[in-house]
Parts: sequence; C-alpha cells; structure tokens
Amino acid sequence: MATQSLVLPEVSTRRAIRRADSQRSTRLLLGSSTTARTLAMIALVLMTAIWLLPFAWAIITSFKTETDAASAATVWPASGWSLQAYVNVLTKGDLPVWMLNSVITAVLVTAITLVVSAMAGYAFSRTMFRGRRLAFAITVASIMVPGQILIVPLFQQMLTFRMVDTYAGIVLPQVVAPVMVFILKKFFDAIPQELLDAARVDGAGPWRTFSTIVVPLSKSILVAVAIFVFIGAWNNFLWPFIVVSDSSLMTIPVGIATVTETYGLQYARTMASAMLAALPLLVVFMLFQRQIVRGVATTGLGGQ
Amino acid sequence: MSATTSETAAPTPSSLSPGARKDLRRSLREAERRAQELHSGRSGYWFLLPFAVVFLVFLVWPILYGIWMSLTDRTLIGTEPGFVGLANFIEAFGDAQVWQTLWQTVLFTIGSTIPLVLIAMVMALLVFTGLPGQWLWRFAFFASFLLPVAVVTQVWAWMYQPDLGLFNTWLGALGFEPVGWLTDENWAMIAIIAATVWWTVGFNFLLYLAALQAIPEHLYEAAAIDGAGAWRRLFSITIPQLGRTTWLVLALQLLASLKVFDQIYLLTAGGPNGSTRSILLYIYDTGFVNYRLGYASAISYIFFALIVILSLTRFFGGRKEA
Repeated sequence: MATQSLVLPEVSTRRAIRRADSQRSTRLLLGSSTTARTLAMIALVLMTAIWLLPFAWAIITSFKTETDAASAATVWPASGWSLQAYVNVLTKGDLPVWMLNSVITAVLVTAITLVVSAMAGYAFSRTMFRGRRLAFAITVASIMVPGQILIVPLFQQMLTFRMVDTYAGIVLPQVVAPVMVFILKKFFDAIPQELLDAARVDGAGPWRTFSTIVVPLSKSILVAVAIFVFIGAWNNFLWPFIVVSDSSLMTIPVGIATVTETYGLQYARTMASAMLAALPLLVVFMLFQRQIVRGVATTGLGGQ
Repeated sequence: MSATTSETAAPTPSSLSPGARKDLRRSLREAERRAQELHSGRSGYWFLLPFAVVFLVFLVWPILYGIWMSLTDRTLIGTEPGFVGLANFIEAFGDAQVWQTLWQTVLFTIGSTIPLVLIAMVMALLVFTGLPGQWLWRFAFFASFLLPVAVVTQVWAWMYQPDLGLFNTWLGALGFEPVGWLTDENWAMIAIIAATVWWTVGFNFLLYLAALQAIPEHLYEAAAIDGAGAWRRLFSITIPQLGRTTWLVLALQLLASLKVFDQIYLLTAGGPNGSTRSILLYIYDTGFVNYRLGYASAISYIFFALIVILSLTRFFGGRKEA
C-alpha cells in the first residue's frame, strides 16, 4: 500500500506528459488541418482492419462447428456458435503439455541468457584481464553467425551429448547471445565510474559491485533484453523442431505445427488450437504494452 | 577483427574536433586504467567464464565441427565418414539446385524487404501523429509479431484454402476465378511474402516509432516559424531524420529475410515444384531428409560466407553513415 501511494503520482505525471506528447506530435506532423487528420485517421483504420482481419477470421472459425467451418466462408454460422473446438483441443490434445513446455524452456532460456550475458558484459565493460579486447572482438564478430547454418553440426553434437529429446537440448544452444552481451556492455559502459569507485571505497569487491550497484542501475536494459529473449525463445521453431521428436516434450510452435496433420481437415479445431497458442503472449502484451514496446525497440536498435 | 573493435568506439561523434577526440580518447584510456585498479586480478575471467563456456560449446565448436563435416561424406545413417576434401564444395558450385534456391531466396528477400520497410514506416508515421486510439493501433500492428510462426502459417493457410478460404470466397463473390494461392507457382511466393509481411512488419514499425520519438522537437519548431506546411515538414525533416534508422532497418531486414525457413517450410515445404524453396530449406532437405550431412554442411558454409560478406558491407557502409 505504501509503495502504491508513492507510485501513483508518478504515473499520473507520466500520463500527462504522454498526453502532451501526443498533442504535440499531432500538431507537428499534421498541422491543424482537419482534412489531413481525417485522411490519416482513415488510413489508420484501414490498415488496422487489414492487420486484425486474420485474427478475426481465425477467432470466428474457432467458434464454429466443424460442419459450419467446412461449409462456407460466412461470418454467421448456420447452426450457431460453438465451443466444441476449444473443448476438443483442451481435453483431447497435447496442447496444455506444449504450453507448459514452452513456459519452462522460454523461462530457462531467458534466465540463463540474462545471467550469462550480463556477467560477460560486465567483464568486458569494467574488468581488466589479458585477452579482453580479443575476446570482445570475437564476441562481436560472432553476431554475424546465422544460427540456422549450425543446425546440422549442432544436431550431431546433441546426439553425442545424448541431449536429443531433452529440455537441456532445447534450452542450452539458445542461451548463446553475443548481441545481448554487446548491448549490455554498451549500457554498463555508461555507468559513471564514480559510483563504482564509491562502492570500492566501501570495501565492495567486484561481485558486490556487480550485484548491488551495476545490476540495480541497469534494470531497464535488463528488462528490455529479457523481453526480447523471451519472445524469441517462446516463438523459436526450427531448433526445438529439430531436437525434439517426442510429442510430450514439444513446445507450442512445434506441437501445433504437427496438429494440422493430426486433425486433418478440422478447421475449427486447428484455429482453436492456434488461438490458444497465441493467447499467452497476446495477453502479456495487452497488460504490458508500454514495457514491451520499449524493450523491443531498445534491444532492436542495439541498445541505443 | 580490428574493424570490430573500432565499432565499440563508434559512439564518438564525428563532429568532434581532432583535439577533442584526442582528449576523449585519453579520458577513455584513463577510465580503463581505473577499471584496472578497480578489478585487476582474475575476477574478469570469472565473470566471463559462463558465457565463454556456452559460447565455446554451442557456437564455436559447432562451427568448427561443421567445417570438418563439410570436408567429409558424412551421412546421418551410421556409415563411417570418409574425408573427401573439397569435393562437397565443388559439387555445390555445380549444383543447379543451389543456384536456384539461392535465387529464390534473393527473390523472397527483395520482395519482402521493400514492403516490410515501407509499410512499417507508413504505420509508424500514422501512429506518431498521435491520433486517438494509440493503444489499439500499436496492438494491431505489433500483435502479429508475437505469434508463433506455426500459428501464423495455420491462420494464413486457412485463408488461402482453395475452396473454403476467405480470399477465394471474396474472389468468387467479385466474379473472379479462384486462385491456388499456395499451389500455383505464380502465386505461392507472393502468398508467402504477404503472410511474412503481416507477421513481422510490427518489429520494424516499433523501430521506426522509437526513431520518430527521438527526432528533436526544435527542428519542427524552427520549421513552424519558417511557415513550413505539414508535407514540407514530413519530407524535409521527418523522413531525412529517419535516414539512419532506415539503413538499420533495411540491413536487419535483409539479413533476416535471407535466413527465411520457418514460414516456407510450414506453408509450402518449398513447393509447388520447388518454386518457393529457399537455400535454408535446401540445406534442411539435404541434411535431414536425404541424410547427406557433409554436403549440407558445405552448402551451409557457402551461405554463411555470403551472409558474412553482406554483413561486412553493411558494417563498412554503416560506419560511413555514422
């Protein structure tokens, strides 16, 4: 409660700033012309309609009976709306298991990537050791390596390590993220040395400095990186598809890709499973739109 | 390697005088010396260790192992692989499939990159006008990016369905013949590109939106004083100010589009008649369907070389830009 009352005024100022921002940009880009505003609005509504259409059509199909879905592409089904497709997917398929697998693997990938990359970024930014420059140069150069070309040797490696059809096999090859090391290093570079010196005077060693000064100061970029890595891991298709063949270990993208074949021509059921697979991340996005937008933009722009 | 290290110093604004730059460099060196005082000794190694381990095991080793594999006739089935030298590479350069799939990859890349950059920019400009409904616009344009690829392909395959699909139903209502969106060689690539644009444009849209927010306001104020109209401001301030972002988006998009695999594999599996097969699909088919791992590795490395060349061009181009 106490924290809430502290936070509220800050939020309302931010909202005021946002409102002022949007008013300003309206004036700056469009001027006060009503025609321009109307035209822009029409364009926006049209594009939004186009972009939402596939969602709308999938949702409509998913609430039809199989017979209606397979009869004609009309919005209103002849025999009324039905939840049967969802019931079937949730009770008869493996979807809940895939969902769980996706959560477990995506959380693990995110957590490990974050810890490993933040530590490496700190090593490159604030410590001295022999070979640091060379190691950093190699890390940066490796950003260019397209992961997909490594699937053949990586799969062989998984066979050797007996990691085919395991969580470890899905997760570990995904935690190598040199671009995140680069982004975090750049962010750490900007932390004023005085703060670190102060910690040192207080007798803090490198570990204390890292965990009590650097990490708290870098919350924003760490959240941004975490969001980016999580989305990537949640939606990764190729690698889990190759390393897992056991249905009980599949992640959502891999699992529902095989669903079409299993369900054959059951369109309502296919769309119901697609929408359920889409739901978790869409809900998270609805709740945290601001943070996600900022996180993706910052990370996508290389931490600038 | 030396080129990459200089990128870390890239934030140095080129507008600085040589003297100021020398000062900056000296202070950077000073900061490094102090960092050394701060954490000299071995702690750096310990901080780097976890990353170094996963980096060596899951990136460097597969790269080296892949190079070795590309020099053998290794297959997925148990037979003992033999060293064949450069035979795989020689075969790849003479393999019409390699050239055809590379060409189709380039077609996809060009065909997808242009709309993915232009539409993203238009979306961002429209949203940045601040017109009411911000939450909805952002949701509509970005939500599809959050979908797993299999969801995207299932929804689009359903809309592309020849007899019951939405698009052919509409075409029929307008009196046109139905189109075999995913089964007609003339349409399959276009259909895949449309689904791809719908799926991933949101990412570029966000990058543009962030760039728009970073344009200094005083530029617009100055323009307003000069009496520049809305179009004038768009073409003389906004779009030029987006130049750097456009290069970045373009470069990221080119590299991403060249690596296309997932949506093609799930929508057409490279068909009809191989007309949508990208180079990565060919590598996958060679390795995991025909079990020729050695040959698949060789093609991988040819593709890798192309990516590196393109990335370096981008890097040097980007540096001139900065």
